Amino acid sequence: MNAAGKTKVTVPVMADLAARGEKPEYLLWVGSAGAFDDRYKHVTRAFVKILAFLNVDYAVLGTEESSSGDVARRAGNEMLFQMQALSNIDLFNRYGVKKILTCDPHAYNTFKNEYPDFGGHYEVIHHTRFLHDLIREGKLIPGKEVFGNYRVTYHDPCYLGRGNGEYETPRKLLGKLGVSLAEMPRNRSFALCCGAGGGQMFKEAEPGDKEIFIERTEEALSTGARIIVTACPYCMVMLTDGIKYKNREEEVKIYDIAEMATLSLGL
Amino acid sequence: MSKQVVFALSLLITLGVFAWTTARIVAFFRLTKPAFPVKDWGKRFKRVLTEVFGQSKMFRRPAVGLMHALVFWGFLVILFGSIEMVIDGLADTERFLAVLGPVYDVLIAFGDVFALVVLVAVIAFLIRRVAMDIPRFGGEEMKHTSHLDAILALSLIGLLMITLLGMNTAYVTYTALAGFEQKGLFPVSSLISSFLGSDLSVTTVYRVHEVNWWAHILLIFLFANILPYSKHFHVFMSVPNVFLSRLDPLGKLPNMPHITREIRAMLHPDTEGDSSGEPAELERFGVKDVEDITWKNYLDSLACTECGRCTAVCPARLTGKKLSPRKIIMDVRARMKEKGPGLIRKGKDFDDARSLLRDYVTEEELWACTTCNACARECPVNINHPVLIVDMRRYLVMEEASGPAGLNAVFSNIENNGAPWQYSREDRMLWAEDLYINA
Repeated sequence: MNAAGKTKVTVPVMADLAARGEKPEYLLWVGSAGAFDDRYKHVTRAFVKILAFLNVDYAVLGTEESSSGDVARRAGNEMLFQMQALSNIDLFNRYGVKKILTCDPHAYNTFKNEYPDFGGHYEVIHHTRFLHDLIREGKLIPGKEVFGNYRVTYHDPCYLGRGNGEYETPRKLLGKLGVSLAEMPRNRSFALCCGAGGGQMFKEAEPGDKEIFIERTEEALSTGARIIVTACPYCMVMLTDGIKYKNREEEVKIYDIAEMATLSLGL
Repeated sequence: MSKQVVFALSLLITLGVFAWTTARIVAFFRLTKPAFPVKDWGKRFKRVLTEVFGQSKMFRRPAVGLMHALVFWGFLVILFGSIEMVIDGLADTERFLAVLGPVYDVLIAFGDVFALVVLVAVIAFLIRRVAMDIPRFGGEEMKHTSHLDAILALSLIGLLMITLLGMNTAYVTYTALAGFEQKGLFPVSSLISSFLGSDLSVTTVYRVHEVNWWAHILLIFLFANILPYSKHFHVFMSVPNVFLSRLDPLGKLPNMPHITREIRAMLHPDTEGDSSGEPAELERFGVKDVEDITWKNYLDSLACTECGRCTAVCPARLTGKKLSPRKIIMDVRARMKEKGPGLIRKGKDFDDARSLLRDYVTEEELWACTTCNACARECPVNINHPVLIVDMRRYLVMEEASGPAGLNAVFSNIENNGAPWQYSREDRMLWAEDLYINA
């Protein structure tokens, strides 16, 4: 701890731990967006702050991390996806990985549902579930007053919601953070996609009347929310663009659920 | 006696035509590829119970869902009476199942009430279709014939209910006039009968009963043989399609095991070499045409009711793109009808210089999909559209390398630096610099 009451966080790397003969309980899968996207880096940092605060036994792969292959698979490049999957599994097994934490619903879905086809069986935990359980078990005690005055809405990521049936955990978590949600007309299994999945994030949209992210942003804004919460790097990018497009970035904030937790904890 | 002969002949023709249709469809199924092993029967029965008999997915649109559920549950109880009619027709008996006593009374009473309920619902459906502007009934795949198909099916169901009520009313009136014992209870028909007056001749009422009886059973026979050529085939196919649903989470895409074998051999040449001894089969990657689809894709296409719930929630379609998940499923069925017979006659190398991809489904449609699974979540009979869309993308990317430019860049970035963007692997930890917590 330094004079300002701040403690420096050092992120443990799997290879360093292995060199010391240590094996952490969790692998934190940062994901390409979590490592490279300027906005989503802040989400990774927020989540890691909580891990550090609670002394969670984890490590990241660091420069050894690669793409999970989710985009490649959904864009039709099964060959590339399987190359990624098989080499990631080799890497995980080399480090004896049993539990994987991630903030990315796409990586979560791919590890949990698709890697078992290649012999990669792990307990995969999305950060919404992880944080929810920490609070439920009383290990994290959020400050309930932080969001009391804000109208908040939650955007369901497709690969957490429809893809894996996780509709209520993020909502319960937000409830524990003292948030009462103003739901969008299309929520939970009816939620509209942000428009980025299936490779859309990386290509021009097909001709149409409107961009999907604008349609969804308008729906989120229609709730009168000052904070739009989501739990996925793609959704974050799309909704952030949407708010800018609507010229509302001054009054409306977009947060990942991990950032909501750190704000609430004052970390 | 002659009635029995006529009935037996009509039944025989009905079953004969139906068997011919079934054989044709089975032959089409033989052209398809494996999808997944059918295990977990318990889970499957549960899905049939909740999603078919409980109509759970229909209730996602509560008002129209309830109307459909009433029609469906009505069909189930009315089916009991139809089975009895077949027995009566063959054995020349009258209301044979009345031996069941009170059970019979209750089932027949429900059938009588539901005949009216279904009639009202079908009239409401017809009004929705003809007079109201329901967006999901439109779209380029909804040709004039699709609407005629719907209207024909609804009208037939309406006629079935009218003849059922006519038959029941005549029966109630006839037994009262002739002083015979009435078998079964008929709340609605008794009410109608009470308005008919008592000066009817017994013979007339008897004839009215016969006419309605025959009209009802022959309409059922006709309907059963129109169904397989109609979107209303879902009456038969929804139960198997739900039972044979993929049980994996919607987020999961099916594996391509032959690619896994190739890559394993590449990554571990020493341990995973070609030890199986089987010659590597030259299998096409992904789906280009109907011979590449799985039996589940084809079953999906037969179970599709063209209701458009999928297209109505598709984010691409909602924002004006060309993609309509319903169209892709309808295209599979149409293309099988076009190419299937040639494949059966001339073998799997049959080529009519057309294909599902491009002649039916365009690349523009396929690349508009976000794989959000809203369509699959909504489909009342558990059709999985994204799985097929991705399979067609697999063909485009792996056989033709013809993906959109942006995605090709993603592929080479992942290959070169393990991320969809052009960042160096060495920079993967930059996010962690200068990180502090307030504690």
